[in-house]
Amino acid sequence: MKYAYYPGCSLESTAREYDLSVRAVCSSLGIELTELADWSCCGASSGHSTNRWLAHALAGRNLALAERAGLDIAVACPSCYVRLRTTYQEMKDNPQQQEELVNLIGMPYEVKYSTRHLLDIIVNDIGPEELKKRVVKPLKALKVACYYGCYLVRPPDVVAFDDPENPESMDMLLDTLGAEVRDWSGKVDCCGGSLSLSKREIACRLVAEITEMAQRAGAQAIVTACPLCHSNLEMRQTAGRQNKLPIFYFTELIGLAIGLDKTRSWFKKHMISPLNLLASHGL
Amino acid sequence: MPYFDKNGQTTYDANFYQQVKAASGTNIDRCYQCLTCSLGCPVTFAMDYLPNQLVRMVQLGLKQPTLTSATIWICADCEACATRCPNDVEILRLMDALREIAQQEGIRGKEKTVAAFHQAFLASIKRWGRQHELSMLLQLKFKTADFFSDIALGIKMLLKGKLKLLPPRFGDLRGVRAIFQRIEKRITGGERA
Repeated sequence: MKYAYYPGCSLESTAREYDLSVRAVCSSLGIELTELADWSCCGASSGHSTNRWLAHALAGRNLALAERAGLDIAVACPSCYVRLRTTYQEMKDNPQQQEELVNLIGMPYEVKYSTRHLLDIIVNDIGPEELKKRVVKPLKALKVACYYGCYLVRPPDVVAFDDPENPESMDMLLDTLGAEVRDWSGKVDCCGGSLSLSKREIACRLVAEITEMAQRAGAQAIVTACPLCHSNLEMRQTAGRQNKLPIFYFTELIGLAIGLDKTRSWFKKHMISPLNLLASHGL
Repeated sequence: MPYFDKNGQTTYDANFYQQVKAASGTNIDRCYQCLTCSLGCPVTFAMDYLPNQLVRMVQLGLKQPTLTSATIWICADCEACATRCPNDVEILRLMDALREIAQQEGIRGKEKTVAAFHQAFLASIKRWGRQHELSMLLQLKFKTADFFSDIALGIKMLLKGKLKLLPPRFGDLRGVRAIFQRIEKRITGGERA
């Protein structure tokens, strides 16, 4: 199981703990990640909001690099994931556009290798049974709400490895790790991450709705697979200091449950510390 | 929705509908105003026109109110609308096309901060090949003359190593800058796919 790993910009900065936990967990589970040499930013929402071809070219450069390496891409950030998959899909569906893309990126590209999200790889290729065997520290009685956000599941013709309205892969994963997974209806709601810096009040309102919904469902923490949701949910929770909800990356909780060391150094990077919550559960 | 301005002049542009249709590549003719998009949209509370209204405005060629609307910038790109549309109207592509046209035609809309964010974000890619959050944030603060918000958050993030002081190390800057140049050439050449 070998992939070209595309960390994306957030994992080098605001989501360091996601990158560290992804690398540690994959290496432990036998998923071989080779960082895509000289990868560049996918352009994210600013790319496609500005120019359709700029978005394709910024994503396409990375697709061409992976093709050169002869590997499918494994990606951790759903925002990168949707950008890489969108360009791949459009070029596959419209071969006449391929030439335009090749001209824009100045590199050969034949739309051969695809992109997968690490949640998909871990749930569908490693699988719950294999993971269950590895669990040494079950996340017993830790009540979590699994939050998928937008780009893991939408648009379904481009990205989805799961149901677009009621995805369950992360729920199944956390259940395997021994956590008490709460069912709730906020799974695929948007947290407003793309507006977190430009329209703060909108992001705050959406984050409040999501965190309150999770708390009403009995969750003590939210689990996500997105660095933008993670930082938005941490930064824009304006509720009283006492009852702020810790936000975990799914890979951090896998690492904790399968007994990896250094997990504390990941949790120390959180803006909302989960250490008290974990300690109260003997984790 | 104004078909006439206060001087009695028509406000529609007969070419606008075709222009948007070509730029977005989605078939907005299929919309039958069921409102599913607007009902599932998480940010309608901050919009001046609902997504379904915007579709209708484009069909009617109401260029000016469409391109100056807050809606095109408030849209958070969550794709809930397009996922649920019974007629496969890809509204996010429509929003993208409207933002693209607005920027190319130099139309300054109501939500300047969002456009400024996109510019700062892309400038960082052009400069460093990857995102350098700290310099991007500083540029955004200068562009919007908003110096004091989130300072405490920013300091906490720096201390936790979540914001890097130094820009990312990246090799093929020439390659990435060439992409930007080819795109700019494409835009000034008036080409469209």
